[in-house]
Amino acid sequence: MSAPLIEIKDLAFSYNTRPILRSVNMTMPRGKVIAIMGGSGSGKTTLLRLIGGEIKPIAGYVKVADQVVHKLSRNDLFKVRRKMGMLFQFGALFTDLSVFDNVAFQIREHTNLPESMIRDLVLMKLHAVGLRGAYHLMPAELSGGMARRVALARSIALDPMLIMYDEPFTGLDPISLSVIGSLIRRLTDALGMTSIVVTHDVQESLRIVDYVYFLADGVIAAHGTPQEVKESVAPFVHQFVHGEEDGPVPFHYPAEAYQEDLRLETHFA
Amino acid sequence: MPKRIITSIQAIGHRVIDSIWRLGRAARFFALVLLKSTTSFLRFSLVIREIYFVGVLSLIIILVSGLFVGMVLGLQGYETLQKYGSESAVGTLVALSLVRELGPVMAALLFASRAGSAITAEIGLMKATEQLSAMAMMAVDPVARVVAPRFWAGVISMPLLAALFSVLGVFGGYLVTVIFIGVDEGSFWSSMQNAVDFRYDIVNGVIKSCFFGVAVTAIAVFEGFDAPPTAEGVSGATTRTVVTSALAILGLDFVLTSFMFRGVD
Repeated sequence: MSAPLIEIKDLAFSYNTRPILRSVNMTMPRGKVIAIMGGSGSGKTTLLRLIGGEIKPIAGYVKVADQVVHKLSRNDLFKVRRKMGMLFQFGALFTDLSVFDNVAFQIREHTNLPESMIRDLVLMKLHAVGLRGAYHLMPAELSGGMARRVALARSIALDPMLIMYDEPFTGLDPISLSVIGSLIRRLTDALGMTSIVVTHDVQESLRIVDYVYFLADGVIAAHGTPQEVKESVAPFVHQFVHGEEDGPVPFHYPAEAYQEDLRLETHFA
Repeated sequence: MPKRIITSIQAIGHRVIDSIWRLGRAARFFALVLLKSTTSFLRFSLVIREIYFVGVLSLIIILVSGLFVGMVLGLQGYETLQKYGSESAVGTLVALSLVRELGPVMAALLFASRAGSAITAEIGLMKATEQLSAMAMMAVDPVARVVAPRFWAGVISMPLLAALFSVLGVFGGYLVTVIFIGVDEGSFWSSMQNAVDFRYDIVNGVIKSCFFGVAVTAIAVFEGFDAPPTAEGVSGATTRTVVTSALAILGLDFVLTSFMFRGVD
Protein backbone atom coordinates (compact mmCIF):
# COMPACT_ATOMS: atom_id res chain seq x y z
CA MET A 1 0.00 0.00 0.00
CA SER A 2 1.37 3.46 -0.92
CA ALA A 3 2.07 6.07 1.76
CA PRO A 4 -0.97 8.17 2.70
CA LEU A 5 -1.24 11.59 1.07
CA ILE A 6 -2.19 13.24 4.35
CA GLU A 7 -1.13 12.28 7.83
CA ILE A 8 -2.45 14.17 10.83
CA LYS A 9 -0.83 13.44 14.16
CA ASP A 10 -1.87 14.70 17.63
CA LEU A 11 -3.12 17.91 16.04
CA ALA A 12 -4.31 20.64 18.42
CA PHE A 13 -5.45 24.18 17.74
CA SER A 14 -7.11 26.93 19.74
CA TYR A 15 -8.42 30.42 18.98
CA ASN A 16 -6.95 32.58 21.75
CA THR A 17 -7.68 30.36 24.75
CA ARG A 18 -10.68 28.53 23.26
CA PRO A 19 -9.64 25.03 22.21
CA ILE A 20 -11.02 24.00 18.81
CA LEU A 21 -9.11 20.79 18.09
CA ARG A 22 -7.53 18.50 20.67
CA SER A 23 -5.28 15.66 19.64
CA VAL A 24 -6.73 14.74 16.25
CA ASN A 25 -5.20 11.79 14.36
CA MET A 26 -6.11 10.87 10.78
CA THR A 27 -4.63 9.29 7.71
CA MET A 28 -5.98 9.93 4.25
CA PRO A 29 -4.87 7.64 1.44
CA ARG A 30 -4.49 8.74 -2.18
CA GLY A 31 -7.42 8.42 -4.56
CA LYS A 32 -10.13 8.37 -1.89
CA VAL A 33 -13.01 10.64 -0.94
CA ILE A 34 -12.99 11.29 2.79
CA ALA A 35 -15.78 13.08 4.63
CA ILE A 36 -15.31 15.06 7.82
CA MET A 37 -18.60 15.51 9.62
CA GLY A 38 -19.61 17.17 12.83
CA GLY A 39 -21.88 19.83 14.23
CA SER A 40 -21.38 23.55 13.64
CA GLY A 41 -18.31 24.80 15.49
CA SER A 42 -16.79 21.34 15.83
CA GLY A 43 -13.60 22.44 14.08
CA LYS A 44 -14.15 20.96 10.60
CA THR A 45 -13.29 24.08 8.65
CA THR A 46 -10.39 24.79 11.02
CA LEU A 47 -9.02 21.37 10.12
CA LEU A 48 -9.12 22.27 6.40
CA ARG A 49 -7.35 25.56 7.12
CA LEU A 50 -4.65 23.66 9.02
CA ILE A 51 -4.18 21.25 6.11
CA GLY A 52 -3.92 24.21 3.72
CA GLY A 53 -1.38 25.91 5.98
CA GLU A 54 -3.54 29.02 6.48
CA ILE A 55 -3.13 28.67 10.26
CA LYS A 56 -0.56 26.91 12.42
CA PRO A 57 -1.31 24.25 15.05
CA ILE A 58 -0.31 24.68 18.68
CA ALA A 59 0.68 21.01 18.86
CA GLY A 60 1.03 18.05 16.51
CA TYR A 61 1.35 18.33 12.75
CA VAL A 62 -0.25 17.87 9.34
CA LYS A 63 1.86 16.14 6.71
CA VAL A 64 0.90 16.55 3.06
CA ALA A 65 2.92 14.36 0.68
CA ASP A 66 5.47 13.80 3.46
CA GLN A 67 5.96 17.50 4.17
CA VAL A 68 5.03 19.00 7.53
CA VAL A 69 2.82 21.90 6.43
CA HIS A 70 3.37 24.37 9.30
CA LYS A 71 7.15 24.06 9.08
CA LEU A 72 7.30 25.00 5.40
CA SER A 73 8.66 28.38 4.33
CA ARG A 74 6.16 30.62 2.53
CA ASN A 75 7.63 29.73 -0.87
CA ASP A 76 7.55 25.99 -0.14
CA LEU A 77 4.01 26.27 1.22
CA PHE A 78 2.93 27.96 -2.03
CA LYS A 79 4.63 25.15 -3.98
CA VAL A 80 2.57 22.58 -2.04
CA ARG A 81 -0.59 24.67 -2.54
CA ARG A 82 -0.14 24.53 -6.30
CA LYS A 83 -0.95 20.84 -5.96
CA MET A 84 -4.01 21.54 -3.80
CA GLY A 85 -7.43 22.82 -4.68
CA MET A 86 -10.03 24.23 -2.37
CA LEU A 87 -13.72 24.67 -2.98
CA PHE A 88 -15.13 27.32 -0.66
CA GLN A 89 -18.64 27.19 0.76
CA PHE A 90 -20.14 29.63 -1.74
CA GLY A 91 -17.57 29.17 -4.49
CA ALA A 92 -15.54 32.35 -3.82
CA LEU A 93 -15.37 33.09 -7.55
CA PHE A 94 -13.58 36.30 -8.53
CA THR A 95 -16.52 38.57 -9.19
CA ASP A 96 -14.65 40.85 -11.61
CA LEU A 97 -13.66 37.95 -13.89
CA SER A 98 -15.82 35.90 -16.26
CA VAL A 99 -16.35 32.15 -15.79
CA PHE A 100 -13.62 31.51 -18.38
CA ASP A 101 -11.12 33.86 -16.70
CA ASN A 102 -11.90 32.40 -13.28
CA VAL A 103 -10.96 28.91 -14.46
CA ALA A 104 -7.97 30.25 -16.40
CA PHE A 105 -6.73 32.30 -13.41
CA GLN A 106 -4.46 29.71 -11.86
CA ILE A 107 -3.16 28.45 -15.22
CA ARG A 108 -2.20 32.00 -16.23
CA GLU A 109 -0.61 32.72 -12.85
CA HIS A 110 1.50 29.57 -12.62
CA THR A 111 2.31 28.55 -16.17
CA ASN A 112 3.56 30.14 -19.38
CA LEU A 113 1.19 28.23 -21.64
CA PRO A 114 0.06 29.97 -24.83
CA GLU A 115 -3.43 31.45 -24.79
CA SER A 116 -4.71 28.91 -27.35
CA MET A 117 -3.74 26.03 -25.05
CA ILE A 118 -5.21 27.78 -22.00
CA ARG A 119 -8.46 28.12 -23.95
CA ASP A 120 -8.58 24.39 -24.67
CA LEU A 121 -7.73 23.48 -21.06
CA VAL A 122 -10.36 25.82 -19.61
CA LEU A 123 -13.05 24.51 -21.96
CA MET A 124 -12.12 20.92 -21.01
CA LYS A 125 -12.40 21.71 -17.29
CA LEU A 126 -15.71 23.48 -17.83
CA HIS A 127 -16.94 20.56 -19.94
CA ALA A 128 -16.13 18.21 -17.05
CA VAL A 129 -18.54 20.13 -14.82
CA GLY A 130 -21.11 20.56 -17.61
CA LEU A 131 -20.72 24.33 -18.00
CA ARG A 132 -18.72 24.71 -21.22
CA GLY A 133 -21.58 26.73 -22.66
CA ALA A 134 -21.46 29.20 -19.75
CA TYR A 135 -17.84 30.25 -20.24
CA HIS A 136 -18.76 33.83 -21.14
CA LEU A 137 -21.05 34.49 -18.16
CA MET A 138 -20.08 36.59 -15.15
CA PRO A 139 -20.34 35.07 -11.62
CA ALA A 140 -23.32 37.32 -10.82
CA GLU A 141 -25.25 35.60 -13.61
CA LEU A 142 -24.80 32.09 -12.16
CA SER A 143 -27.07 30.18 -9.78
CA GLY A 144 -25.60 28.87 -6.50
CA GLY A 145 -25.11 25.37 -7.93
CA MET A 146 -23.55 26.67 -11.15
CA ALA A 147 -21.17 28.93 -9.20
CA ARG A 148 -19.99 25.93 -7.21
CA ARG A 149 -19.48 23.89 -10.36
CA VAL A 150 -17.39 26.70 -11.85
CA ALA A 151 -15.40 26.86 -8.61
CA LEU A 152 -14.92 23.10 -8.89
CA ALA A 153 -13.63 23.50 -12.46
CA ARG A 154 -11.31 26.25 -11.23
CA SER A 155 -9.95 24.08 -8.42
CA ILE A 156 -9.08 21.23 -10.81
CA ALA A 157 -7.49 23.58 -13.36
CA LEU A 158 -3.95 22.41 -12.59
CA ASP A 159 -4.88 18.76 -11.88
CA PRO A 160 -4.19 18.86 -8.13
CA MET A 161 -3.37 15.86 -5.97
CA LEU A 162 -5.77 17.04 -3.27
CA ILE A 163 -9.04 18.97 -3.23
CA MET A 164 -10.70 20.19 -0.08
CA TYR A 165 -14.41 20.99 -0.14
CA ASP A 166 -15.78 23.27 2.56
CA GLU A 167 -19.49 22.47 2.91
CA PRO A 168 -20.05 22.00 -0.84
CA PHE A 169 -23.73 21.05 -0.46
CA THR A 170 -24.93 24.03 1.61
CA GLY A 171 -27.94 25.83 0.20
CA LEU A 172 -28.31 23.72 -2.95
CA ASP A 173 -31.51 22.32 -4.43
CA PRO A 174 -31.70 18.48 -4.58
CA ILE A 175 -30.66 18.31 -8.26
CA SER A 176 -27.63 20.61 -7.87
CA LEU A 177 -26.72 18.78 -4.66
CA SER A 178 -26.73 15.43 -6.39
CA VAL A 179 -24.78 16.86 -9.38
CA ILE A 180 -22.06 18.28 -7.10
CA GLY A 181 -21.88 15.00 -5.16
CA SER A 182 -21.49 12.94 -8.31
CA LEU A 183 -18.92 15.36 -9.73
CA ILE A 184 -16.79 15.06 -6.59
CA ARG A 185 -16.78 11.29 -6.89
CA ARG A 186 -16.24 11.24 -10.66
CA LEU A 187 -13.44 13.80 -10.71
CA THR A 188 -11.65 12.10 -7.82
CA ASP A 189 -11.68 8.79 -9.69
CA ALA A 190 -10.83 10.29 -13.08
CA LEU A 191 -7.94 12.47 -11.86
CA GLY A 192 -6.70 10.03 -9.21
CA MET A 193 -6.67 12.74 -6.58
CA THR A 194 -7.73 12.74 -2.92
CA SER A 195 -10.85 14.63 -1.85
CA ILE A 196 -11.69 15.84 1.63
CA VAL A 197 -15.30 16.86 2.03
CA VAL A 198 -16.33 18.83 5.08
CA THR A 199 -20.10 18.56 5.30
CA HIS A 200 -23.29 18.33 7.32
CA ASP A 201 -25.11 16.48 4.58
CA VAL A 202 -25.12 12.90 5.84
CA GLN A 203 -27.16 11.18 3.12
CA GLU A 204 -25.35 12.71 0.13
CA SER A 205 -21.91 12.17 1.67
CA LEU A 206 -22.53 8.56 2.61
CA ARG A 207 -23.48 7.96 -1.02
CA ILE A 208 -20.18 9.21 -2.46
CA VAL A 209 -17.39 8.89 0.14
CA ASP A 210 -15.00 6.07 1.01
CA TYR A 211 -14.42 6.93 4.66
CA VAL A 212 -15.99 9.18 7.28
CA TYR A 213 -14.54 10.95 10.32
CA PHE A 214 -16.88 12.48 12.91
CA LEU A 215 -15.54 15.46 14.85
CA ALA A 216 -17.06 16.48 18.16
CA ASP A 217 -15.62 18.67 20.90
CA GLY A 218 -12.33 18.89 19.05
CA VAL A 219 -11.66 15.15 18.90
CA ILE A 220 -12.59 12.36 16.52
CA ALA A 221 -15.74 10.92 18.03
CA ALA A 222 -16.06 8.09 15.49
CA HIS A 223 -14.82 6.98 12.10
CA GLY A 224 -15.48 4.24 9.58
CA THR A 225 -16.70 3.35 6.12
CA PRO A 226 -20.19 4.55 5.08
CA GLN A 227 -21.54 1.05 5.73
CA GLU A 228 -20.04 0.96 9.25
CA VAL A 229 -21.40 4.44 9.95
CA LYS A 230 -24.92 3.48 8.85
CA GLU A 231 -24.88 0.42 11.08
CA SER A 232 -23.19 2.12 14.03
CA VAL A 233 -24.94 2.03 17.40
CA ALA A 234 -22.56 4.56 18.96
CA PRO A 235 -24.86 7.22 20.45
CA PHE A 236 -23.16 10.22 18.79
CA VAL A 237 -23.03 8.65 15.31
CA HIS A 238 -26.61 7.44 15.64
CA GLN A 239 -27.84 10.89 16.66
CA PHE A 240 -25.94 12.61 13.83
CA VAL A 241 -26.81 10.17 11.05
CA HIS A 242 -30.48 10.09 11.99
CA GLY A 243 -30.71 13.78 12.86
CA GLU A 244 -32.14 13.19 16.33
CA GLU A 245 -32.91 16.31 18.33
CA ASP A 246 -31.40 15.26 21.63
CA GLY A 247 -28.62 12.87 22.57
CA PRO A 248 -24.90 13.21 23.28
CA VAL A 249 -25.19 16.60 21.50
CA PRO A 250 -27.75 18.27 23.78
CA PHE A 251 -30.67 20.33 22.50
CA HIS A 252 -30.13 22.99 25.16
CA TYR A 253 -27.11 25.26 25.26
CA PRO A 254 -25.60 25.07 28.79
CA ALA A 255 -27.47 27.52 31.05
CA GLU A 256 -28.49 28.22 34.63
CA ALA A 257 -31.31 26.06 36.03
CA TYR A 258 -34.54 26.97 34.19
CA GLN A 259 -36.47 27.81 37.36
CA GLU A 260 -33.66 30.00 38.61
CA ASP A 261 -33.49 31.87 35.30
CA LEU A 262 -37.23 32.59 35.41
CA ARG A 263 -36.85 33.63 39.06
CA LEU A 264 -39.78 31.43 39.96
CA GLU A 265 -38.64 30.95 43.55
CA THR A 266 -38.19 34.70 44.15
CA HIS A 267 -41.58 35.59 42.75
CA PHE A 268 -43.64 32.85 44.31
CA ALA A 269 -41.84 32.36 47.60
CA MET B 1 -18.13 54.81 41.88
CA PRO B 2 -14.34 54.15 42.00
CA LYS B 3 -15.02 50.89 40.16
CA ARG B 4 -16.76 52.80 37.38
CA ILE B 5 -13.82 55.17 37.11
CA ILE B 6 -11.38 52.26 36.92
CA THR B 7 -13.49 50.65 34.18
CA SER B 8 -13.53 53.91 32.22
CA ILE B 9 -9.76 54.29 32.52
CA GLN B 10 -9.33 50.67 31.48
CA ALA B 11 -11.57 51.25 28.45
CA ILE B 12 -9.50 54.29 27.43
CA GLY B 13 -6.33 52.24 27.92
CA HIS B 14 -7.69 49.45 25.72
CA ARG B 15 -8.62 51.87 22.98
CA VAL B 16 -5.18 53.49 23.04
CA ILE B 17 -3.41 50.12 22.97
CA ASP B 18 -5.70 48.92 20.15
CA SER B 19 -4.98 52.06 18.13
CA ILE B 20 -1.23 51.62 18.58
CA TRP B 21 -1.48 47.95 17.55
CA ARG B 22 -3.45 48.98 14.48
CA LEU B 23 -0.88 51.61 13.59
CA GLY B 24 1.83 48.95 13.88
CA ARG B 25 -0.16 46.57 11.69
CA ALA B 26 -0.66 49.33 9.12
CA ALA B 27 3.08 50.08 9.05
CA ARG B 28 3.93 46.38 8.61
CA PHE B 29 1.31 46.05 5.91
CA PHE B 30 2.68 49.10 4.07
CA ALA B 31 6.19 47.59 4.18
CA LEU B 32 4.76 44.28 2.89
CA VAL B 33 3.03 46.03 -0.01
CA LEU B 34 6.32 47.71 -1.00
CA LEU B 35 8.17 44.39 -0.72
CA LYS B 36 5.62 42.60 -2.87
CA SER B 37 5.51 45.26 -5.57
CA THR B 38 7.81 43.42 -7.97
CA THR B 39 4.86 41.66 -9.63
CA SER B 40 3.17 45.02 -10.25
CA PHE B 41 6.14 46.23 -12.27
CA LEU B 42 6.88 42.94 -14.01
CA ARG B 43 3.23 42.66 -15.05
CA PHE B 44 2.45 46.32 -15.53
CA SER B 45 -0.84 45.48 -17.26
CA LEU B 46 -2.24 44.76 -13.77
CA VAL B 47 -1.43 48.34 -12.72
CA ILE B 48 -2.79 49.79 -15.97
CA ARG B 49 -6.10 48.02 -15.41
CA GLU B 50 -6.36 49.55 -11.95
CA ILE B 51 -5.31 53.00 -13.24
CA TYR B 52 -8.42 52.82 -15.40
CA PHE B 53 -10.62 52.10 -12.37
CA VAL B 54 -9.08 54.55 -9.90
CA GLY B 55 -7.77 57.20 -12.30
CA VAL B 56 -9.76 57.32 -15.51
CA LEU B 57 -13.11 56.78 -13.78
CA SER B 58 -12.28 59.63 -11.35
CA LEU B 59 -11.69 62.05 -14.23
CA ILE B 60 -15.22 63.43 -14.47
CA ILE B 61 -15.49 64.45 -10.81
CA ILE B 62 -11.94 65.87 -10.83
CA LEU B 63 -12.36 67.86 -14.07
CA VAL B 64 -15.78 69.28 -13.23
CA SER B 65 -14.74 70.19 -9.69
CA GLY B 66 -11.52 71.79 -10.99
CA LEU B 67 -13.49 73.90 -13.44
CA PHE B 68 -15.92 75.16 -10.79
CA VAL B 69 -13.23 75.83 -8.18
CA GLY B 70 -11.29 77.85 -10.79
CA MET B 71 -14.43 79.80 -11.71
CA VAL B 72 -15.16 80.64 -8.07
CA LEU B 73 -11.54 81.63 -7.49
CA GLY B 74 -11.65 83.92 -10.51
CA LEU B 75 -14.87 85.52 -9.36
CA GLN B 76 -13.81 86.03 -5.75
CA GLY B 77 -10.30 87.12 -6.76
CA TYR B 78 -11.62 89.69 -9.22
CA GLU B 79 -14.12 90.99 -6.63
CA THR B 80 -11.34 91.73 -4.13
CA LEU B 81 -8.54 92.77 -6.47
CA GLN B 82 -10.58 95.26 -8.46
CA LYS B 83 -11.06 97.31 -5.26
CA TYR B 84 -7.33 98.01 -5.40
CA GLY B 85 -7.21 98.32 -9.17
CA SER B 86 -5.14 95.16 -9.50
CA GLU B 87 -7.62 93.00 -11.34
CA SER B 88 -4.90 92.08 -13.85
CA ALA B 89 -3.28 90.03 -11.04
CA VAL B 90 -6.28 87.70 -10.92
CA GLY B 91 -4.45 85.24 -13.19
CA THR B 92 -1.63 85.02 -10.67
CA LEU B 93 -4.05 84.48 -7.81
CA VAL B 94 -5.92 81.71 -9.59
CA ALA B 95 -2.80 79.89 -10.79
CA LEU B 96 -0.85 80.09 -7.52
CA SER B 97 -3.82 79.03 -5.39
CA LEU B 98 -4.39 76.07 -7.64
CA VAL B 99 -0.91 74.71 -8.28
CA ARG B 100 0.34 75.24 -4.72
CA GLU B 101 -2.69 74.29 -2.65
CA LEU B 102 -6.12 73.72 -4.06
CA GLY B 103 -5.10 71.47 -6.93
CA PRO B 104 -3.25 68.84 -4.86
CA VAL B 105 -5.49 69.10 -1.78
CA MET B 106 -8.90 69.21 -3.45
CA ALA B 107 -7.97 66.54 -5.99
CA ALA B 108 -6.71 64.30 -3.17
CA LEU B 109 -9.88 64.81 -1.11
CA LEU B 110 -12.04 63.99 -4.12
CA PHE B 111 -9.80 61.05 -5.00
CA ALA B 112 -10.14 59.68 -1.44
CA SER B 113 -13.93 59.83 -1.60
CA ARG B 114 -14.25 58.50 -5.16
CA ALA B 115 -11.40 56.01 -5.60
CA GLY B 116 -10.13 55.41 -2.04
CA SER B 117 -13.54 54.32 -0.79
CA ALA B 118 -14.00 52.09 -3.88
CA ILE B 119 -10.62 50.39 -3.30
CA THR B 120 -11.47 49.72 0.36
CA ALA B 121 -14.93 48.39 -0.43
CA GLU B 122 -13.63 46.16 -3.23
CA ILE B 123 -10.79 44.62 -1.19
CA GLY B 124 -13.04 44.34 1.89
CA LEU B 125 -15.73 42.53 -0.08
CA MET B 126 -13.18 40.24 -1.70
CA LYS B 127 -12.09 39.32 1.81
CA ALA B 128 -15.66 38.86 3.08
CA THR B 129 -16.55 36.58 0.16
CA GLU B 130 -13.38 34.52 0.67
CA GLN B 131 -11.93 35.56 -2.71
CA LEU B 132 -8.63 36.54 -1.05
CA SER B 133 -8.46 33.21 0.81
CA ALA B 134 -9.25 31.37 -2.42
CA MET B 135 -6.42 33.24 -4.14
CA ALA B 136 -3.98 32.40 -1.35
CA MET B 137 -5.04 28.75 -1.53
CA MET B 138 -4.23 28.85 -5.24
CA ALA B 139 -0.68 29.85 -4.25
CA VAL B 140 -1.19 33.40 -5.52
CA ASP B 141 -0.28 36.07 -2.98
CA PRO B 142 -3.25 38.47 -2.60
CA VAL B 143 -0.97 41.30 -1.46
CA ALA B 144 1.12 41.03 -4.62
CA ARG B 145 -1.80 40.33 -6.98
CA VAL B 146 -4.62 42.48 -5.58
CA VAL B 147 -3.21 45.09 -3.19
CA ALA B 148 0.09 46.23 -4.77
CA PRO B 149 -1.34 46.99 -8.26
CA ARG B 150 -4.11 49.09 -6.70
CA PHE B 151 -1.61 50.91 -4.51
CA TRP B 152 0.68 51.82 -7.41
CA ALA B 153 -2.26 52.73 -9.63
CA GLY B 154 -3.35 55.25 -6.97
CA VAL B 155 0.17 56.62 -6.52
CA ILE B 156 0.56 57.13 -10.29
CA SER B 157 -2.93 58.54 -10.86
CA MET B 158 -2.95 61.09 -8.04
CA PRO B 159 -0.39 63.63 -9.39
CA LEU B 160 -1.90 63.38 -12.87
CA LEU B 161 -5.38 64.02 -11.53
CA ALA B 162 -4.12 66.95 -9.43
CA ALA B 163 -2.41 68.42 -12.50
CA LEU B 164 -5.62 68.11 -14.53
CA PHE B 165 -7.57 69.68 -11.67
CA SER B 166 -5.24 72.70 -11.76
CA VAL B 167 -5.38 72.97 -15.55
CA LEU B 168 -9.16 72.94 -15.56
CA GLY B 169 -9.15 75.38 -12.62
CA VAL B 170 -6.98 77.87 -14.52
CA PHE B 171 -9.29 77.47 -17.50
CA GLY B 172 -12.32 78.09 -15.24
CA GLY B 173 -10.68 81.26 -13.88
CA TYR B 174 -9.92 82.41 -17.44
CA LEU B 175 -13.48 81.73 -18.49
CA VAL B 176 -15.01 83.85 -15.73
CA THR B 177 -12.54 86.72 -15.55
CA VAL B 178 -11.51 87.14 -19.19
CA ILE B 179 -14.48 85.88 -21.18
CA PHE B 180 -17.36 86.87 -18.90
CA ILE B 181 -16.05 89.86 -16.89
CA GLY B 182 -13.68 91.21 -19.53
CA VAL B 183 -10.30 91.38 -17.75
CA ASP B 184 -7.53 91.92 -20.28
CA GLU B 185 -6.43 88.57 -21.66
CA GLY B 186 -2.80 89.58 -22.13
CA SER B 187 -2.38 90.76 -18.55
CA PHE B 188 -4.19 87.68 -17.23
CA TRP B 189 -1.72 85.29 -18.85
CA SER B 190 1.44 87.42 -18.55
CA SER B 191 0.96 88.08 -14.83
CA MET B 192 0.47 84.35 -14.37
CA GLN B 193 3.56 83.56 -16.44
CA ASN B 194 5.69 86.00 -14.43
CA ALA B 195 4.51 84.87 -11.01
CA VAL B 196 4.41 81.09 -11.34
CA ASP B 197 7.80 79.46 -10.96
CA PHE B 198 8.19 75.97 -12.37
CA ARG B 199 10.46 74.59 -9.64
CA TYR B 200 9.06 76.50 -6.68
CA ASP B 201 5.35 76.29 -7.42
CA ILE B 202 4.58 73.55 -9.90
CA VAL B 203 7.13 70.93 -8.81
CA ASN B 204 6.26 71.49 -5.15
CA GLY B 205 2.58 71.02 -6.00
CA VAL B 206 3.38 67.76 -7.79
CA ILE B 207 5.50 66.57 -4.83
CA LYS B 208 2.55 67.29 -2.53
CA SER B 209 0.15 65.29 -4.67
CA CYS B 210 2.62 62.38 -4.75
CA PHE B 211 2.63 62.33 -0.94
CA PHE B 212 -1.17 62.53 -0.89
CA GLY B 213 -1.39 59.70 -3.42
CA VAL B 214 0.76 57.43 -1.24
CA ALA B 215 -1.19 58.35 1.90
CA VAL B 216 -4.68 57.93 0.43
CA THR B 217 -4.05 54.63 -1.35
CA ALA B 218 -2.03 53.18 1.54
CA ILE B 219 -4.94 53.97 3.89
CA ALA B 220 -7.50 52.61 1.39
CA VAL B 221 -5.77 49.27 0.78
CA PHE B 222 -4.99 48.75 4.47
CA GLU B 223 -8.56 49.49 5.56
CA GLY B 224 -9.88 47.07 2.94
CA PHE B 225 -7.47 44.30 3.85
CA ASP B 226 -7.98 44.80 7.59
CA ALA B 227 -11.79 45.07 7.41
CA PRO B 228 -13.78 42.53 9.43
CA PRO B 229 -15.37 40.19 6.86
CA THR B 230 -18.95 41.35 7.45
CA ALA B 231 -21.27 43.96 5.92
CA GLU B 232 -20.78 46.32 8.88
CA GLY B 233 -17.05 45.68 8.81
CA VAL B 234 -16.74 46.72 5.17
CA SER B 235 -18.99 49.77 5.55
CA GLY B 236 -17.05 50.88 8.64
CA ALA B 237 -13.74 50.44 6.81
CA THR B 238 -15.00 52.50 3.84
CA THR B 239 -16.02 55.34 6.14
CA ARG B 240 -12.68 55.18 7.95
CA THR B 241 -10.84 55.42 4.62
CA VAL B 242 -12.56 58.69 3.72
CA VAL B 243 -12.23 60.22 7.20
CA THR B 244 -8.63 59.13 7.83
CA SER B 245 -7.56 60.12 4.32
CA ALA B 246 -9.08 63.59 4.67
CA LEU B 247 -7.29 64.14 7.98
CA ALA B 248 -4.03 62.74 6.62
CA ILE B 249 -4.23 64.97 3.52
CA LEU B 250 -4.85 68.14 5.52
CA GLY B 251 -2.24 67.30 8.15
CA LEU B 252 0.37 66.38 5.54
CA ASP B 253 -0.47 69.51 3.58
CA PHE B 254 0.43 71.70 6.54
CA VAL B 255 3.68 69.84 7.16
CA LEU B 256 4.70 69.91 3.49
CA THR B 257 3.71 73.55 3.05
CA SER B 258 5.76 74.56 6.07
CA PHE B 259 8.80 72.86 4.53
CA MET B 260 8.23 74.13 0.98
CA PHE B 261 6.91 77.67 1.31
CA ARG B 262 8.48 79.59 4.15
CA GLY B 263 8.13 83.09 2.71
CA VAL B 264 11.87 83.41 1.91
CA ASP B 265 11.31 83.87 -1.80
